[in-house]
Amino acid sequence: MSDAVVDSPAPAEQLYGCVVTYSRGEKVIHALRENYIATLKKAIDDSFTMCTDLTAVDFLTYASTSRQLPAGIGGERFEIVLNLISLERRERLRLRVQIAEGEATLPTAFDLFPGTEAMEREVFDMFGIEFEGHPDPSRILMPEDWEGHPLRKDFSVGRIPVQFKGAPS
Amino acid sequence: MTSDLIAGTPAATGEGPQEMRSRSELTAKEVLREVGSVLRMSEKAASELTSSPVENDEEQTMIINMGPQHPSTHGVLRLMLELQGEKVLRCKPIIGYLHTGMEKQAEELTYMQGGTNVTRMDYVSPLNNELVFSLAVEKLLGIDGDIPERATWMRMLLSELNRMSSHLLFMATNGMDMGAVSMMIYGWREREEVLRFFQKVTGLRMNHNFIRPGGLAADLPAGWRDDVLTILEGLPSRLAEYDILMTNQPIWRERLQGVGVITAEEAVALGTSGPILRSTGVAWDLRRDLPYLKYKEVEFDVIVGSYGDSFDRYAIRLNEIRESMKIVYQVLDKMPSGDYRIQDKKVTPPPRARIDESMEALIHHFKIFTEGFKVPEGEVYVGIESPRGEIGCYIVSDGSPKPYRLHMRAPSFVNIQALPHMMRDGLIADAVAVISSIDPVLGEVDR
Repeated sequence: MSDAVVDSPAPAEQLYGCVVTYSRGEKVIHALRENYIATLKKAIDDSFTMCTDLTAVDFLTYASTSRQLPAGIGGERFEIVLNLISLERRERLRLRVQIAEGEATLPTAFDLFPGTEAMEREVFDMFGIEFEGHPDPSRILMPEDWEGHPLRKDFSVGRIPVQFKGAPS
Repeated sequence: MTSDLIAGTPAATGEGPQEMRSRSELTAKEVLREVGSVLRMSEKAASELTSSPVENDEEQTMIINMGPQHPSTHGVLRLMLELQGEKVLRCKPIIGYLHTGMEKQAEELTYMQGGTNVTRMDYVSPLNNELVFSLAVEKLLGIDGDIPERATWMRMLLSELNRMSSHLLFMATNGMDMGAVSMMIYGWREREEVLRFFQKVTGLRMNHNFIRPGGLAADLPAGWRDDVLTILEGLPSRLAEYDILMTNQPIWRERLQGVGVITAEEAVALGTSGPILRSTGVAWDLRRDLPYLKYKEVEFDVIVGSYGDSFDRYAIRLNEIRESMKIVYQVLDKMPSGDYRIQDKKVTPPPRARIDESMEALIHHFKIFTEGFKVPEGEVYVGIESPRGEIGCYIVSDGSPKPYRLHMRAPSFVNIQALPHMMRDGLIADAVAVISSIDPVLGEVDR
């Protein structure tokens, strides 16, 4: 295996007021929850006009000491990950936001990237993270009366038997 | 059966808040907001719509369900349409009927087994799913620069053939949706020839699990070049027949031109990719713009439309078959000899014959197939151009042999958001044409 595996140790580089790190050569910025929308606006002004992907990760069972976060970013349980594309410069940019378990909410990016509508619904469905101001905050993949959020790490596979409306118990 | 199911209350069969609500249940502001959300616009932009249906009388509109069991919704896509006469006022796709928790499942499978899982997501282009997963795992392992040349060219060959087979299936289903039933037979016939080649190479027609982290499962079989040439030589005359049957035919053009129009700004804002984005005139193809594999070394054109309608999306896919053929011809010329997988004993299982004579080979074999190989910590996102658009794979590794989190960015999942936009103010008869032109694969929408 080559040296490329080694990730850069917390450099001082900044972009849109956020810390920049490189993961396997991919540019990642770590936004704070407070300036999440402001950071996205700056990214749009900098030609990152397309949001290709928005997803989340639950770091419940991942030791926070080994998560390779830059200095100044405290690892929380949830993390929202956005992948942006600049069509002009042909570049990708990834944005990561830490979200604490107790206050699992984030302002919606819908007004900036309307394409995140379904993705935010999926994250709410799978992780229970709520997006403030989302126009349609309902489940998208799971049935409406489903209990729990399946992609959370404390929701184990096969723990719950088949669970459908009106099924005989 | 419980009593409320027999009583037929809406809650027993419906999806509750996921569904589109009737106008009488909403205030004017909510309607505006819902129009904005369903059309994926801001509230301000929605209020500026000239044909805002808010003032329409409730009595004159009705909400009907299309799907999930409608044959032309390509699987289990359910659309709720609000109609005024034959005009579609609002549309809301409701998905999740094929959700099987594949991203959760991926956390339980090793990197070695992961391919069998991801290949089943977009079952029409399984090799592209395997490719993006393998590229992501290789990037995490740090071996993406060490993949043998032959493996890379083989991946390109399979990826492009898969693009052809996927677009041929689109020709078939699109034809069937438009009433050109003979086209369905022709499309399936041509696709079957490509699948027969896949069967010879990988052993299976679909769900191959052939492209794996580190390379491929096996080398190309003897006589593969002749098989590919047979496909390539047979296709141009068939594609010319498609032009006669559909492209140049007035009925076909009447049916698709100007139907399901979307602008470039909308397409970019909605995050669409692939033929839908290109039909609006945005020349964005990851093979050219963010090249992977060896796409820098082959000549091909990015096909772009100009009107953003269903006909453009049809024509783009038809011509992309021709471009893929061009690429496959170049791959045939440039295919080097050599290894079809990396010779890193920690990633690649040893050849069967070695197991009989070498203790280490047996140990490696056993470790790889029971425990799997460990992948260094980190996170990585890789996106490639699948026939439907950008398919992306985001993996977080915690250093164990299983991904801590695997997320597939499914192109159909995002593209389906464009449906309400394309359908607004259209006719219900055109709804089928619009669904078909998106070419969604519900296996990957719901995962």
